[in-house]
Amino acid sequence: MANYTENELAKDLEDQEYKFGFTSDIDADTIPKGLSEDVIRLISHKKEEPEWLLEYRLNAYRIWQEMIEPEWGHVHYTKPDFQDIAYYSAPNQTKKYESWDDVDPEMKETMAKLGISLEEQKRLTGVAVDFVMDSVSVATSFKAKLAELGIIFCSFSEAVQDHPELVRANMGTVVPHTDNFYAALNSAVFTDGSFCYIPKGVRCPMELSTYFRINQGGTGQFERTLVVADEGSYVSYLEGCTAPQRDENQLHAAVVELIAKDNAEIKYSTVQNWYPGDKNGVGGIFNFVTKRGICGTNSKISWTQVETGSAVTWKYPSCILKGDHSVGEFYSVAVTNNYQQADTGTKMIHLGKGTKSTIISKGISAGKSQNSYRGLVQIHKNAQNARNFSQCDSLLMTDECGAHTFPYIECKNSSAKIEHEATTSKIGEDQIFYCLQRGISEEKAIGLIVNGYCKEVLNQLPMEFAVEAQKLLTISLEGSVG
Amino acid sequence: MITIKNLHASINGKEILKGLDLTVNAGEVHAIMGPNGAGKSTLASVLAGREDYEITEGSVDFDGTDLLDMDTEDRAREGLFLAFQYPVEIPGVSNINFLRTAINEIREYKGEEAMSAKEFMATVREKSALVELDPKLASRSVNEGFSGGEKKRNEIFQMAMLEPKLSILDETDSGLDIDALRIVANGVNTLKGDDNASIVITHYQRLLDYIVPDFVHVLYDGKIVKSGPKELALELEEKGYDWIKEEMTL
Ligand SMILES: Nc1ncnc2c1ncn2[C@@H]1O[C@H](COP(=O)(O)OP(=O)(O)O)[C@@H](O)[C@H]1O
Ligand SMILES: [Mg+2]
Repeated sequence: MANYTENELAKDLEDQEYKFGFTSDIDADTIPKGLSEDVIRLISHKKEEPEWLLEYRLNAYRIWQEMIEPEWGHVHYTKPDFQDIAYYSAPNQTKKYESWDDVDPEMKETMAKLGISLEEQKRLTGVAVDFVMDSVSVATSFKAKLAELGIIFCSFSEAVQDHPELVRANMGTVVPHTDNFYAALNSAVFTDGSFCYIPKGVRCPMELSTYFRINQGGTGQFERTLVVADEGSYVSYLEGCTAPQRDENQLHAAVVELIAKDNAEIKYSTVQNWYPGDKNGVGGIFNFVTKRGICGTNSKISWTQVETGSAVTWKYPSCILKGDHSVGEFYSVAVTNNYQQADTGTKMIHLGKGTKSTIISKGISAGKSQNSYRGLVQIHKNAQNARNFSQCDSLLMTDECGAHTFPYIECKNSSAKIEHEATTSKIGEDQIFYCLQRGISEEKAIGLIVNGYCKEVLNQLPMEFAVEAQKLLTISLEGSVG
Repeated sequence: MITIKNLHASINGKEILKGLDLTVNAGEVHAIMGPNGAGKSTLASVLAGREDYEITEGSVDFDGTDLLDMDTEDRAREGLFLAFQYPVEIPGVSNINFLRTAINEIREYKGEEAMSAKEFMATVREKSALVELDPKLASRSVNEGFSGGEKKRNEIFQMAMLEPKLSILDETDSGLDIDALRIVANGVNTLKGDDNASIVITHYQRLLDYIVPDFVHVLYDGKIVKSGPKELALELEEKGYDWIKEEMTL
């Protein structure tokens, strides 16, 4: 592999403020705040959804009303007022774009600020971008090329219209609407997201990428992503997030479902950089995500995440290793600074024989932040010869931050082999001094050391993402050593 | 190049340097010898700008500027280089990336263009050959899993890459076999020029067979207690540090 993680670090280090903290002025079509069956009907109606989907939403809503918001995470926050959120906001776009040239100039500018100008993207090494501005996809590229291979990559709403049978057959099969509080809420009110289907035996020739973005003040986002990789297929999917700066907390409760049929492979990479709140912990995104994948025989699901944003993060990308000899992987870097809180990790559920899982988690805490790893490795009775390797490392940048590791292991088959390693270290003054003595500034030194520390995870990311992730790590830890 | 006057430095309230004087001119090689715990590494750290030390008295002039007033990284950028007695490991960061970052930071500081990848790689090739450093080590993580000798050689490699004005070598010879010693010394001698200078800190006179100093100083209990030509090193070797002790109590 090319040593892309060795690329020069960001030039844009000078910019101490949240880099993507701006708001686009685009007319939005927003439903008044509040949640009720009527609001759900309205969302469904606006989106011209089939009856079964409305029923699905209402079902989820009724179940959600009976549920209690979870409190077991190692996080503290003021619970969102669910009646104070607008559940639908769509940029006022009546027509769909035929080409990038037709896209609203203001929207283009927004994308340029995000560093993903479309012109650039088109020329980039085959990245198809499905840009989700608020809740509605406004542009999709490379569709024709993908269509030739029978690959479907579109917004969730489009999929509901154009491929209802595929959506209906798969939606909710990995994360049922009854799963947890936030998944139930999402199932009731989700507005859009992405859908991807890779047909049998097809290897998707490009990285599929979606940029999510919260744009409308006070709008909660409830994204829904469904990736289905049919037998023997392969896909690498990228999800990157940025959000404008806000004073009030914004709720994000996404659901991501991955289905890897027999002999299929899904690689799902995330760079999450939502507004974390200011230095005093004011503002920032609440990120409560349910991500789960299910593996058929001989298949593989690999989650890679670089989490630098959000005020509160609560997410556990998981794998259900149902098929024999299936493989689950979780590579994670979670950075918390100032007053950020992250409770993240994974669940590896071994059901099939000879299933294997690998967990590599790197937690980096700075400021007064709290960073927790929570992982569950579950080996079921029939999972003969299952194997797991977990490594959870924590790096502390100050004396005031916290790192916590909660590894849970449940093993019901004695042939299983489970290894767990954990380390906690403080960033080395000797290392920083060594860098300074070579003329490297402290910020860059920290960037180098931290990126080196996370190398195993960064190496899992596709090239363009790896570079972006390195910059993010450096930017999010500026001025953080104490 | 550097003029140190009456330098006093302490750590955790304990005074280690107790009025040290030293002047090094461009083109010169100075050797500093002294028993364990005399303060040799402390002097190196204080000059390089390690924050743990408190400077209580004295001044250091580095090419016309007040060195003690400069940030650690700026001292390096102005051409002060320390070859560490115990080089640290930086896992996951390749030597190449580390050095490229350093070189470009220094260039940026001086208002120069970044070094092109091509020029950089050519320099890496040239300089690693100079210290006979296995090119594979250049792409490995900084010092990680290096043998003691490889770490020391890597320090000299970095020195060759950065072309400093003043190099301070802190016991670069310790842990080296004769071959490695010869290679390291050869590197230092090759880099020697009219507009740079070195301070070679060593325990043994052995290194001075290869790097011939213009002056030898004895550092004892936080002060330079004796200075002389290169023959002083031989005398020290022969009579041991007790000789200094006795002379001092006389
Ligand atoms: N952190 C520290 N706190 C207190 N004393 C220290 C510390 N570091 C070094 N010293 C003391 O400073 C003295 C000089 O050490 P050093 O400069 O490393 O000597 P040398 O390099 O000449 O062997 C020694 O007595 C050592 O014990
Ligand atoms: Mg020493």
